[in-house]
Amino acid sequence: MSEARARSTKRQSSVNRLSLVPLTIAAAMTLVSPAWSQQEAPPSATDQVAAPEAKEKESRHESERHEQKPKRFDWSFAGAFGRYDQAQLRRGFKVYKEVCSSCHSIKMLAFRNLSQPGGPEFPEKEVEALAASYKIKDGPNQAGEYFDRPGRPSDRFPPPFANEQAARAALAGNYPPDMSVLAKARGYSRGFPLFLIDALPGFSYQEHGVDYIASLMEGYEDPPPDVKLPEGQFYDPYMPGRRIGMPPPLSDGVVTYDDGAPQTIDQYAKDVSAFMMWVAEPHLESRKRVGLGVVAFLLVFVGLLYFTKRRIWSGVPH
Amino acid sequence: MEGHSQYTPKSGFARWLERRLPILSFMHDSFVSYPTPKNLNYMWVFGAILSFMLVAQIVTGVVLAMHYTPETTLAFDSVEKIMRDVNWGTILRYAHANGASMFFLAVYLHIFRGMYYGSYKDPREVLWILGVVIFMLMMATGFLGYVLPWGQMSFWAATVITNLFSAIPVVGTAITTWLLGGYSVDNPTLNRFYALHYLVPFIIVAIVALHVWALHVTGQNNPSGVEVKDVKKETVPFTPYATMKDAVGIAAFLVVYAWLTFFVPNYLGHPDNYIEANPLVTPPHIVPEWYFLPFYAILRAIPNKLLGVTALFASILITAALPWLDTSKVKSAVYRPLFRKEFWIFVAVCIGLGYLGAQPAEGAYLWFARLLSAYYFLHFLVILPIIGKVEKPEPVPESIDASILRGETSHV
Repeated sequence: MSEARARSTKRQSSVNRLSLVPLTIAAAMTLVSPAWSQQEAPPSATDQVAAPEAKEKESRHESERHEQKPKRFDWSFAGAFGRYDQAQLRRGFKVYKEVCSSCHSIKMLAFRNLSQPGGPEFPEKEVEALAASYKIKDGPNQAGEYFDRPGRPSDRFPPPFANEQAARAALAGNYPPDMSVLAKARGYSRGFPLFLIDALPGFSYQEHGVDYIASLMEGYEDPPPDVKLPEGQFYDPYMPGRRIGMPPPLSDGVVTYDDGAPQTIDQYAKDVSAFMMWVAEPHLESRKRVGLGVVAFLLVFVGLLYFTKRRIWSGVPH
Repeated sequence: MEGHSQYTPKSGFARWLERRLPILSFMHDSFVSYPTPKNLNYMWVFGAILSFMLVAQIVTGVVLAMHYTPETTLAFDSVEKIMRDVNWGTILRYAHANGASMFFLAVYLHIFRGMYYGSYKDPREVLWILGVVIFMLMMATGFLGYVLPWGQMSFWAATVITNLFSAIPVVGTAITTWLLGGYSVDNPTLNRFYALHYLVPFIIVAIVALHVWALHVTGQNNPSGVEVKDVKKETVPFTPYATMKDAVGIAAFLVVYAWLTFFVPNYLGHPDNYIEANPLVTPPHIVPEWYFLPFYAILRAIPNKLLGVTALFASILITAALPWLDTSKVKSAVYRPLFRKEFWIFVAVCIGLGYLGAQPAEGAYLWFARLLSAYYFLHFLVILPIIGKVEKPEPVPESIDASILRGETSHV
């Protein structure tokens, strides 16, 4: 269930995959019977002697190792009546294009999506011009050769790196995750009993992923004095393990907004997170719109059926 | 219960067909004139809801299959393509994924209803066992379907579950290799899981037909647990009475289903399944879908793989033995004061196991899981047989009509 969301936040970007190589079967066996495999080693005698002081230090360490729960933001697309904020999506796209896209691919997003209803809805002419500014590999042509051509609205955004190895080679071993569905691929659990109300009308909370991403973006801090970070790692309390391989991507004023919105890290973080939510769920608006109609119809229908049923049964003692 | 058909063909064509294949009278007897006890409450609508969900899953599933690609490098992207580029694709996929959850919700309520009112007892043992078979096929289908989007949880769930078979002594590893079509979960696994995910629902349809057939031979149980004595007085025809009540139930159920599908479609899913399968990265916690959690908790509670797997399968199969484990002559819990309490404890134990199945199997969680797993089996093997012997049932009404006169039924 949603409790499962709990331990979901992944660390693809910061952990070298090769260090995690488990034999598939061996890992599965471990997972099937964690009872005997995941128990921690019993504390040694010295641990027990080194009384409260050490304990306290350890627990502080523990809390520093665990990530903080993300902040909750006020998203325009939350709730049954939620809609994307078009201006925000446009700003978020600008942040993506000027900052994120140098490392992160967004392979499921086509240029044409940018002008479709329920998104940033850029004018088609602008989208055509934007697509044409990208070089797209195509081919083979009649001479049997591959060639570059200007992009068309039907093309998808070309990735910044040709493949995973190229990304790792360029980024000190890091592989930035694709951003197409990232907003749905991240999450956290609010724990029992809050996770139960996350599903309820009026209380519904589905924005775990964007909240996490926005918190992470604006959460970079200097590490506490007793935390030593390895080379190329940064301190972010929202990241599992609190360390992240991505250098702080945003700084005040790094992207110029032309709609007067504040050019701050917090604003950028929110805008690009909203944009990522739209990329992950481009039909959110039509889904919710149709849903309102469906649920409203069903409620009336249930009522009508119920009274019909009562009428039919009225002559039968039951 | 079934006498001569009350169906009289009205048109010339109907008469012509009736002499050659009496399908019209069969339909009429099964869904129109079929006598249903008039004291059924709303817990009896889940049969109709389940039939509806089976059809809904097949219809959405067949359309999804037209757009899905069962190949490891394309599967994940093809699902996202459905979400983005297929007309109504988002809604189709969310309806199918949440449909599985709603299907299981309904089947659990249906099963608990059967347990509460003793619906498995003489003469409905075969009906009950067919139900257990359907439930197991549903679990297989649900698991196979969960693998298809080829996300991280899909991949690792497939790895964990197929690995269970390797616990079988001597031939276990060979069986696992045979199931996987290789030494680990890979393209051959995805291909066969897809084929089976498409196949098994139609086997379910066939068993459901047997289930309904058996039901129509014995007739429905009812909240009083007293068999129908006078069909004329104590039953009403299926149509319009039961059809209308079922319609209310289905529509109300659809409100919940629609809410999930349209407004919180990922609530019951796991974020990791939006990360493409990667055999080199194990998720920190592998968690099955919610409807498997109680059984997952039982599996992990036992610190020995073979015994754990045995307990897992036993926990499901043991329900088939209920007609013989429950020694009470009285069917309905309405007249069984001790059993009534035990029933709710058992429900709480199942929910508790579900919660623990989602937690890491360590520390206090593990000990609670062991406690509740033990209780789960004790309920069937010890408590039920003993309660039936020692309990003093409250007076059972002579007939359904007598029960209605006592005011024991609901009027909604």
